[in-house]
Amino acid sequence: MKMLTRILVAASALAMTSAMPALAKTFVYCSEASPEGFDPAPYTAGGTFDASAHPIYNRLTEFKKGTTEVEPGLAESWEVSEDGTQYTFHLRKGVKWQSNEKFTPTRDFNADDVIFSYDRQGNAENPWHQYIPGITYEYYTSMAMPELIKSIEKIDDYTVKFTLNTPEAPFLANIAMPFASIVSKEYADALDAAGTREDLNNLPIGTGPFKFVAYQKDAVIRYAKNPDYWGTAPIIDDLVFAITPDAAVRLQKLKAGECHLMPYPAPADIEGIKADASLKLDEQAGLNVGYLAYNTTMPPFDNPKVRKALNMAINKQAIVDAVFQGAAEPAKNPIPPTMWSYNDAVVDDAYDPEAAKAMLAEAGVTDLSMKIWAMPVQRPYMPNAKRTAELMQEDLSKIGVKVEIVSYEWGEYLAKSMEPGRDGAVILGWTGDNGDPDNFLSVLLSCDSAGEGGANRAFWCNEDFSKLLKDAKITADQAERTKLYEQAQVIFKDQAPWFTIAHSTQYVPMSAKVSGFVMSPLGDFTFETVDIAE
Amino acid sequence: MVRFILSKLLYLVPTFLGITLIAFSFVRILPGDPVLLMAGERGVTPERHAELTAQLGYDKNVVLQYFDFLGRLFHGDFGNSLVTKKPVITEFLSLFPATVELGLCAIIIATLIGVPVGVLAAIKRGSWFDQVSMTTALVGFSMPIFWWGLLLIIFFSGILGWTPVSGRISLMYFFPDVTGFMLIDSLLSGQEGAFGSAVSHLILPSVVLATIPLAVIARQTRSAMLEVMGEDYVRTARAKGMPASRVIGIHALRNAMIPVVTTIGLQIGVLMAGAILTETIFSWPGIGKWMIDSISRRDYPVVQSGLLLIAGLVMVVNLLVDLTYGLINPRIRNT
Amino acid sequence: MTDTTVKLSDAAIRRRMLAEFWFYFSQNRGAVLGLIVFILLVLIAVFAGLLAPHDPTVQYRDALLVPPMWEEGGRSAYVFGTDAVGRDMLSRLIYGAQYSLFIGIVVVSIALVGGIVIGLLAGFFGGWVDTVIMRVMDVILAFPSLLLALVLVAVLGPGLTNAMIAIAIVYQPHFARLTRAAVMSEMKREYVTAARVAGAGNLRLMFKTILPNCLAPLIVQATLSFSSAVLDSAALGFLGMGAQPPAPEWGTMLAEAREFILSAWWVVTFPGIAILVSVLAINLMGDGLRDALDPKLKRS
Repeated sequence: MKMLTRILVAASALAMTSAMPALAKTFVYCSEASPEGFDPAPYTAGGTFDASAHPIYNRLTEFKKGTTEVEPGLAESWEVSEDGTQYTFHLRKGVKWQSNEKFTPTRDFNADDVIFSYDRQGNAENPWHQYIPGITYEYYTSMAMPELIKSIEKIDDYTVKFTLNTPEAPFLANIAMPFASIVSKEYADALDAAGTREDLNNLPIGTGPFKFVAYQKDAVIRYAKNPDYWGTAPIIDDLVFAITPDAAVRLQKLKAGECHLMPYPAPADIEGIKADASLKLDEQAGLNVGYLAYNTTMPPFDNPKVRKALNMAINKQAIVDAVFQGAAEPAKNPIPPTMWSYNDAVVDDAYDPEAAKAMLAEAGVTDLSMKIWAMPVQRPYMPNAKRTAELMQEDLSKIGVKVEIVSYEWGEYLAKSMEPGRDGAVILGWTGDNGDPDNFLSVLLSCDSAGEGGANRAFWCNEDFSKLLKDAKITADQAERTKLYEQAQVIFKDQAPWFTIAHSTQYVPMSAKVSGFVMSPLGDFTFETVDIAE
Repeated sequence: MVRFILSKLLYLVPTFLGITLIAFSFVRILPGDPVLLMAGERGVTPERHAELTAQLGYDKNVVLQYFDFLGRLFHGDFGNSLVTKKPVITEFLSLFPATVELGLCAIIIATLIGVPVGVLAAIKRGSWFDQVSMTTALVGFSMPIFWWGLLLIIFFSGILGWTPVSGRISLMYFFPDVTGFMLIDSLLSGQEGAFGSAVSHLILPSVVLATIPLAVIARQTRSAMLEVMGEDYVRTARAKGMPASRVIGIHALRNAMIPVVTTIGLQIGVLMAGAILTETIFSWPGIGKWMIDSISRRDYPVVQSGLLLIAGLVMVVNLLVDLTYGLINPRIRNT
Repeated sequence: MTDTTVKLSDAAIRRRMLAEFWFYFSQNRGAVLGLIVFILLVLIAVFAGLLAPHDPTVQYRDALLVPPMWEEGGRSAYVFGTDAVGRDMLSRLIYGAQYSLFIGIVVVSIALVGGIVIGLLAGFFGGWVDTVIMRVMDVILAFPSLLLALVLVAVLGPGLTNAMIAIAIVYQPHFARLTRAAVMSEMKREYVTAARVAGAGNLRLMFKTILPNCLAPLIVQATLSFSSAVLDSAALGFLGMGAQPPAPEWGTMLAEAREFILSAWWVVTFPGIAILVSVLAINLMGDGLRDALDPKLKRS
């Protein structure tokens, strides 16, 4: 009986709310993955941020739409001290927190929220540090925030001062990243009182353009327009994420009109999408790079000549055609062309098997056999590593190099590819976090990251190269930094620790009715500016 | 009877302990390190690695970990997912109705078609109907259902456009979960067309999932019928001049149903295996897909407790089948 | 089957039994058809090198995703078209037969041998040995087979060998149970007692006396397992846990082809048909075998 009453109550409550979807503008996005949760700080997946940080939250600084430039967000303006270690942020006034059934805010956004958002990640003593058992703040840690931030002080309700241990040129870009989203202190206190702290992760409250409505695990997320949004209000009324992991299925749904926009189409489908009049396709060079990293500490691959010879023997264009189906730009530098400081003057090693053979002989290497590691998973920078490895195998056999392709389960692959004595060259890649060249070059190629646990899988340590990166990191002037990074790219090409494969193009297919969508070079999907024609 | 049930239950205890041991040990020897997976391409320093491993409790002695695991199980604590950080049992319960709905529909389709076809084939033994239906059943039994599902999608969703590609209901409809079963919830919501939408989403996946059980049930029913029809009492009834329909309806069918009911009950294991493939193909948000995803993400606690919950479930259903069987057929009870 | 057999020599009995078996088997048209298809499959697998027009792993860069020859844009060099990196589909399908048969044989052999030994031990010794063994088998059977195989493969690492081992482990309890049941019923027969009185050792009793008399159900189960093994390994391949590319295993081919489901139907359709046809042929054969070997069903 009790059950029946519950059902009836639910049914009648629904009958009232159900009539509206026909009138409201509902935008459906066929997203790729389920969000891990709705608190952006503890997670690392892009799909999670598209569902949490971008629609629901804001940060002190924001990336200007469609660029990697930093613009004011919840901080209206800021001053940086002479030595580059003190940042004083002036916060925006009158920013309203969202509300839900259980929580109605009594105050606007202020400095307490900023302090709370950072302190809970960096301070192990903060009662919210472990509000879910086993939680960690991977992005905060890996962007070196614990070492970087000395203190955060509240000057007054609308002024906050960050003190850093060392000057850090990319800092303003770092805090525009999703993990630095500002959450409500007042909401956290209310949850504490109610004893439902995990709701910070389940029923998020933010300051962003959309309010969270409901989530059905692995199926649907629903948002509604935030009427009190401080920025330009969204045009659509309702935003729906239909979680559809399979690319072929996403496309079918798009064609059937079940959704308006989808990420990551299968490369094979691009031509068909272009030919379909009911669809349109946005494209942009992605902020990524796919590469083959040699083990530069192991003979004969410690000889740059050998690496160069191998690079010349592989037909890059063939990989771009067969694996990426043309949806990529052959890579010559370790950073993508959309990034500032990209050195277009660098000339790529031409595909020339004869010259490669000669160079190999010149280096005194005969009967070379090697392993190529192919990742078992598909990533934005590499749609099919096994296919790529097979193509390389064929090419290298033509200059007399025998290649054995190996693969491991993904977790094992990541671990084993980091082991210093690794036998073989590894296919891997990188997608930028914040649009700063340092986020590619230092993370992937510096001496610091060549050690244990670092991401430098070529184990390549070139003192000149690393020195340039270090200088650039503490230089505030962007023109100055550009020069340093350009030089670094020349050294990289000359030493050839990698075979740079490609920068994959990001495609976003959408219904022809959609307008106003702006692609993000960072690969984010945001919908506050989209509209749909009826 | 009580003794029969009790002995059956008692029999389950060591099996269940065995299951916990297997679920635990498999998962603990899974290669690949969850900490490294969380770090991804970025990598993680040895210190941070040690710190995180300790935080997750994976640095302790394995035997201790097992007893920890067992102890927590008895308190109903199945651990937390490494990915979502949420309790495994909450996630399981939120996805379970989707799988049950799919599985129930599949078994209903399989039974409603399989039993009549089997009975008819047995009665008309050797006829063209028998041959065609049994050949079809064998084809169904041999079907790689992951491919079958893809074919159905290409045909019904791609070419004809009759059915939606994936999901449980059109996104037009929005109502909170009451029972978790989309068919019931959509009716309760009172929204026009919601029920139809739920049905059209359910139809292809349940047909795919029903394929193998349907074939098994049809074949099993036919042979059970044939066996019963060959037995003395049926022959006697026939010889006495009872009409054929009565003989079949009353005597043969009732007795043939005993093994058939068992067969249907035992299909749950087949259904779970099928659900893994079906849910993957149709992006059906159920526990089969959840398990696959968790295995590839090395989400230890989810794989561990998921295995346990699924095996426990299969065990309980098999027990129920056993008990029903015992009830229908008293001869079993005393052996 | 009649009293006269007593007078016949062993070889003659065997010949006679075989003839009888063949009589019943050949009456079943489906079974014969299955046998023919199966023999064809074996021939294809054995002579793959001669039959295949191309090397199954060679990539023709100028022929990516070419449709089958009868379709528009098809080429006569590639009868069933090519896949995404320009490999000939027909050749890959032909070589795939090797994988499927190999998988079936290995899985069934491991499961059969393991199951027989375990079942014999349990049935022969009884008591606590039996209890422990059968309880372990119960535990394995409590898991849905594909799920257990998946986790096992995840533990052992994805790959063909590990997939085969995992599937064999999952199948093995069926053989163990069958053997045990058969042994237990045979143990009560006079000939066993007679052999024991005559001083036969345990091993001799188990393998020489009892085992040959429980073979019929095992053969039927082995055939059924053969087809399930082909199906399950293809499913594992499809989920990315079985044979790894570029191996032309049918399930793996399907997994690789999934992204082309809308744009290139041939890469999706043919491997599936190949799996279906071989599994069906083996199952038809299995049905025939069961009818011919099972004396109870034989006459109904």
